[in-house]
Amino acid sequence: MRDGAPFILVIAPFGLLFGVVAREAGWDMAEILAMSVVVIAGASQFTALQLMAENAPTIVVILTATAVNLRHAMYSASMATHLGAVPVWKRALVAYFLVDQTYGTAINRYTLDPGMRPGEKAAFFFGAALGTCPWWYVFSVIGAEVGAAIPAGLALDFAVPITFIALFAPALRTAPHVAAAVVAVVAALALAPLPYSFGLLIAASLGMLAGAGVELALERRR
Amino acid sequence: MSEIWAVILGLGTLTFLIRFSFLGLVGDRALPGWAMRLLRYVPVAVLPALVAPLTVWPAATGGFPDPARLIAAGVALGVGALTRSVLGAIFSGLAVLYLGLWALG
Repeated sequence: MRDGAPFILVIAPFGLLFGVVAREAGWDMAEILAMSVVVIAGASQFTALQLMAENAPTIVVILTATAVNLRHAMYSASMATHLGAVPVWKRALVAYFLVDQTYGTAINRYTLDPGMRPGEKAAFFFGAALGTCPWWYVFSVIGAEVGAAIPAGLALDFAVPITFIALFAPALRTAPHVAAAVVAVVAALALAPLPYSFGLLIAASLGMLAGAGVELALERRR
Repeated sequence: MSEIWAVILGLGTLTFLIRFSFLGLVGDRALPGWAMRLLRYVPVAVLPALVAPLTVWPAATGGFPDPARLIAAGVALGVGALTRSVLGAIFSGLAVLYLGLWALG
């Protein structure tokens, strides 16, 4: 739980912002809380709000906001290699809490401590989730309550990128990891105009291929 | 049912299915070597790809690159890579961000 706790720094402003924007869009408290509890995905929740404000058809709203979360399939595959052996109800609970921050926290720990057993890894994950996800619910509600009293000068928007950078930077330990990140960044910038976060998915896939390719090349040279 | 509740339930269900996909279906069957090789690079590919456009074209500045935010991102990256400390990277990045916004803003 301690390892997940720092994320209150980023979750608080992001959650507040969601509450504020949803309230401005005419959502009531039950709807705001339900959205944050059922979905737990900031970027996709904002996407849904934005599209509904543009009067997009409901099915388009749902599918587009879902596409923003497709990256979680890669997290799911990555976590399956660590937690495949735990009971299915626990894996379902892990899936419910599987967001950027909990995944990043858990995978950092699993990498640092390869001797952990699957049960211990699951326990660590739930600790990180409890230090993270409830704050998302709480601050969405607070945001809906306090509304527009938050000054723009606080640059709360940028707490999100800073936290994500802090999550992956310590993992840049080898040439393949650096290659994966560099290719992913260049591709993400080049493909940014693509809709529905396709750019992100393609860039992430290219990054993974680059990492695996460099790893393979280094092994062959040895 | 209102449109808002349809979106909440539809988005919630599909998002859960995405997150459960591999965890639920693959279980503890071993994945092939090439898949494991690719999956090792999920965190260092997905997160940088997510962050790069947000860093270079922040919505808060109307999509224009902002020196304070770029420098803060660079510091968070450098501190994180050198010290391997997530918290250290967050705090130094935020400190530089506010310093930069104050000095350059």
